[in-house]
Amino acid sequence: MNITEKILARASGKSSISPGDVTFANVDKVMMHDVSGPGVIKVFEKLQKQGIDTEKLWDPSRVWVAEDHFVPSAEKISAENISKLTAFVKKYNIGRHFRYGMGQYGICHTISHEEAMVMPGDVYVGGDSHTNTTGALGAFACGLGHTDIAYVLLHGRIWFRVPETYYFHLDAKLPDHIMAKDLILHIIGEIGTDGGAYRAMQFGGPGIDAMSVQSRLTLCNMTTEAGAKCGIVEPDQKTIQYLESRGATNINPVTGDADAQYAKRFEYEAEKLEPLVAEPFSPENTKPVREAPTVELDKSYIGSCTGAKYEDLVAVARILKGRKVRIRTEILPAAISIYRRAMENGLLSIFLDAGATIGPPTCGACCGAHMGVLAKDEICISTTNRNFPGRMGHVESQTYLASPLVAAASAVTGKITDPRDLP
Amino acid sequence: MKSFTAISGGIIPLGRSNVDTDQIIPKQFLKLIQRTGFGEFLFHDWRHEPDGSMRPGFILDDPAYKDSKILVTGSNFGCGSSREHAVWALCDYGFEVIVASSFADIFFSNCIKNGLLPARVGKEDALTLMQKKEARVDLISQTITAESHTIPFEIDPQAKKILLEGLDDIARTLNLEEKITRFERDSKTPSIL
Repeated sequence: MNITEKILARASGKSSISPGDVTFANVDKVMMHDVSGPGVIKVFEKLQKQGIDTEKLWDPSRVWVAEDHFVPSAEKISAENISKLTAFVKKYNIGRHFRYGMGQYGICHTISHEEAMVMPGDVYVGGDSHTNTTGALGAFACGLGHTDIAYVLLHGRIWFRVPETYYFHLDAKLPDHIMAKDLILHIIGEIGTDGGAYRAMQFGGPGIDAMSVQSRLTLCNMTTEAGAKCGIVEPDQKTIQYLESRGATNINPVTGDADAQYAKRFEYEAEKLEPLVAEPFSPENTKPVREAPTVELDKSYIGSCTGAKYEDLVAVARILKGRKVRIRTEILPAAISIYRRAMENGLLSIFLDAGATIGPPTCGACCGAHMGVLAKDEICISTTNRNFPGRMGHVESQTYLASPLVAAASAVTGKITDPRDLP
Repeated sequence: MKSFTAISGGIIPLGRSNVDTDQIIPKQFLKLIQRTGFGEFLFHDWRHEPDGSMRPGFILDDPAYKDSKILVTGSNFGCGSSREHAVWALCDYGFEVIVASSFADIFFSNCIKNGLLPARVGKEDALTLMQKKEARVDLISQTITAESHTIPFEIDPQAKKILLEGLDDIARTLNLEEKITRFERDSKTPSIL
């Protein structure tokens, strides 16, 4: 069995499992946020009307809650949603609640690894499509709708159809100007936005071994954009060290068997990869940066669970150091812990000296919520994950998806720019 | 959740692929957390001008298509955000069946939980159905009949069973309490499929 099959088998109390099997798996961790949480509360209210007992959660210590989409509260209704969510956390005595303005908080997927909320080998479900991100720690991580999350909260388990696995092999370490974002855009451009539909996308090979945990998180994060059930990387010493440095103990990793089977194998050569952008309006519309159209950009947005981890900010600082931005540039670290490291290591000064604005951790304009949404006809280059019509604001605005290096280089020139071409 | 066996109704063709959940229900309505009333916001930004007035010409607001129950669309319908509000909006608007050549995974699962039938057909069949005015959709035989055409559709057996029984997972679990107790006792996987 491969790693995904082994995790699902273990969680189902079975000795073996195959793609296509339907299995009833125990869940280790469940997450909801300020959009899915209120949705789940509504499902609870519906169940109560049907006379179903919702007084107790299966295990509140395995549940955690993030405030990220509409925080700091964008207006009255989002403020009320945060209040409702807070009351729910209190009523059910939920394990962890990351509240803005009260120490560590941030985008749910970033918190999942920054706070070591999910362990290798876990079955982790979240009320958000980018829950796939955390598979980079060697967990089975996937997003669910509100009704499914409500079910897990009450019963601690859920049905899965075991996905078949596509294996993406990278032969060597990525060159300096190429980031994990370029690789995943390359893959999505090749297989399409439904190319990974209901499959596990596993990443491996010497190039992935050489990659930091944060880069692996970027890869798994965007498996969602290929329609995948989950993204996953086998845990190694780096994974364990990453989690232990964040307080984790008793890590019990699962890895695939030597004779693991994969439905399909894809090969990538690190040296042949180019910095890419995904043009509007789909993550599959990829093109090398050097062949991108000459457009006058209005904004560079560096944020989100995809593109505002510490490593992403370091990449941006590499470009912005000693340079000035020519277009509006917003940088929103994805969690307070990242914000703090950026401050302590001098990154924030580099950003301010370059003229960028620094915002608080939030999903913000990535989902078009607030904090710099786009006007009609505005064009943005962004380190985020989706560029569907209206995703970041007006339905006639445009977003080009890119790596932090490309977004920063483009901020400097005002045009879509390969970091190698900066003067 | 009511059970689904067969329905007859009008077809609304939506000849696009990769319709993401933000097109189905834009993010500004996610903050509204009632489970009903989302229908009026369905495809909001396609149906309305930025000033809020109705945009003429969108098929949903064409009186000829009023009260249609079947939406026929292209591939990868429901991709993007996991928001269940998208399914709530489609149901609240009155749709009972979505026909597409493929569905995004979380959206598909959300449909099943809310009694909305996601029927997967071949690309050519979807195009054929987009030309028809109305159809009968039969879940038991997994067929869509429109005029002289009978088109088979795919749905996985577990999803079919849930829709036919009209029981969501929570109701199914309650029905299966005895087996679950036995599962807890024996620590074996229940054979409820």
